[in-house]
Amino acid sequence: MSTQTSTIALRCDGLVKRFADVTAVNGLDLEVFKGECFGLLGPNGAGKTTTVEILEGLTPSDEGTVEILGERWSKGDDRALRERIGVQLQETQLPEKVTVVETLRLFRSFYQRGHDVDEVIHTVALEEKRNARVGKLSGGQRQRLAVACALVSDPELLFLDEPTTGLDPQARLSLWDIVEKFRAGGGTILLTTHYMEEASRLCDRVAIMDHGKVIALGTPAELIESLGADQIVEFSVTKELADEVLKGLPAVTHLHKRDADYSLTVSEIGVALPALLAEIERQQSEIVTLTTHQATLEDVFVSLTGRMLRDA
Amino acid sequence: MPEGKESHPLVELTLTRMREFLREKEAVFWVFVFPVLMTFALGIAFRNTAPDKTLVAIEAGDAKATETASLLSRSPEIGATVLSPDEAQRALRSGKVAIIVKPVDDAFEYRFDPTRPESRAARLLVDDVLQRGKGRADVVNVGEARITEPGARYVDFLVPGLIGMNMMGSGLWGLGFTVVIARSRKILKRFAATPMRRSHYLLSFMLSRLVFLVLEVAAVIIFATLAFGFTVRGSWLSVALITVLGGFTFSGVGLLVAARPTTIEGVSGLMNFIMLPMWLLSGTFFSSERFPQILQPFIQALPLTALNNVLRALMNEGATLSSNWVPIAILLAWCVVSFVVALKIFKWQ
Repeated sequence: MSTQTSTIALRCDGLVKRFADVTAVNGLDLEVFKGECFGLLGPNGAGKTTTVEILEGLTPSDEGTVEILGERWSKGDDRALRERIGVQLQETQLPEKVTVVETLRLFRSFYQRGHDVDEVIHTVALEEKRNARVGKLSGGQRQRLAVACALVSDPELLFLDEPTTGLDPQARLSLWDIVEKFRAGGGTILLTTHYMEEASRLCDRVAIMDHGKVIALGTPAELIESLGADQIVEFSVTKELADEVLKGLPAVTHLHKRDADYSLTVSEIGVALPALLAEIERQQSEIVTLTTHQATLEDVFVSLTGRMLRDA
Repeated sequence: MPEGKESHPLVELTLTRMREFLREKEAVFWVFVFPVLMTFALGIAFRNTAPDKTLVAIEAGDAKATETASLLSRSPEIGATVLSPDEAQRALRSGKVAIIVKPVDDAFEYRFDPTRPESRAARLLVDDVLQRGKGRADVVNVGEARITEPGARYVDFLVPGLIGMNMMGSGLWGLGFTVVIARSRKILKRFAATPMRRSHYLLSFMLSRLVFLVLEVAAVIIFATLAFGFTVRGSWLSVALITVLGGFTFSGVGLLVAARPTTIEGVSGLMNFIMLPMWLLSGTFFSSERFPQILQPFIQALPLTALNNVLRALMNEGATLSSNWVPIAILLAWCVVSFVVALKIFKWQ
């Protein structure tokens, strides 16, 4: 154990990673505090996985420094550092012919200290599948097993790379439970995701990434507040409307337009909506769809990049 | 509550390897059943029976042809047929007959391919029968003793070779595929993210191979003993030691082959490239000494040649380990070098 009493669990400065044809990480700085759940939110290809793998000591960076729990990769005892972190990789397919309990015993054997295997099986609610082969598990169960393999060492810092991608809502909820329990026990989590609900629900702080850089950082509430708006109005109409007129409507702070779909960021819905409806009528257009919702992290991303998270 | 350490990672890794193998039905067939079937098939094909008749074509032309045929038929070892020149030529080309005899006036002309051993033997036999038929007498008496006792038959030569070949096959396929699949499924990367010692991962392959090796070699030896009266002349301990060494060596070579490729296609090509020369040159089915002198240093340095040579010396001749130190040293060198290099260049993701 490190004797350092720092509150920083993880820090990286000026991280750069280039591949043959693309710069995946382009000058990234991060600080994650002990005991917090930190989210890296961004679309596919934003450089999240590359960043996490550099932090996990699996991929060397081209530039920049990484400090994990007060230590550096390849500078001291990497194996001792690995004892203290838990890792779930995005695409690991564990051996199919081996059972749940056998898989966990294997991972447990790599660590000097850690949890009892059955205790971890209980934590991830896989008791019924204890003796089932990995090949027979559902997607959600496999993912819970992958997280269990990361938890079996009782890590101080847990890396989760898109832990719920491709899972149905219920499987996602049960995985969120596991993450929350780990955090409640005092653990630190670095989580990547491209689901805004996931980041809003789990993360204390979020860094929004795009093109290998952090473009916004803060608590989910702060980021949403930074939009200067609390409501989003999305609508489509039969006849195109002039951008300038829409931007000039009262209480509208931002306009995003994609084909025939409009998205208005508004500070006061009660002022903006009647004005919008009147304008549509004045221009002799008709509403096809119209929805309004509270601003989310997705809207933050849209306003920063002009793109949606899922289609970026 | 965090607890102390449970079982040793090497034990768990080895157990995992063995579980994965035993739960794969096809792998079990190829490693255990197939070699026994192969020993059976080859043992039957080359079992010691009275040699087949030497087949001879006689070119039809005149009355001489039938006379020659009846002359040759006096020997029980010859099967003679009269064929038209064209047919005879075709029969020789396709290997149906070993030689063509063409009566020319009072003499004979032999047509055969001297590079074919059975044709050379046929020439000697046919000539002997014809010369005697025409009145040549033997000048000295000869006696002959036929050797068919266990230990000197083809099947006795074959069994050690099959064991060697099988050890190479299961070592390379067994390790190569498993490692490359684990790499393509990112399992290796996942392991690399744990404090697991990398040498433990590679060693676990060697250890699990060792367990199956004992069963695999025993299956072939027991079968050959029961079916063909095969006997091991040398000491069992020496045979066991060499088997272990051979198993380690081919596990090492298997790891080396699997150290870099990321796809099954890639590793398959590489394995065939490594194994094909050894299948051909290393003396599994016939002695490697039949190959030209210039190739010998290369052939003798191959791990399978070394393994086959030691196994034959121990099993067939009852030789000792110390008298076979050269091939043993070759095996040891392959074992150590391949393991060390594999560990060095091994790609974990």
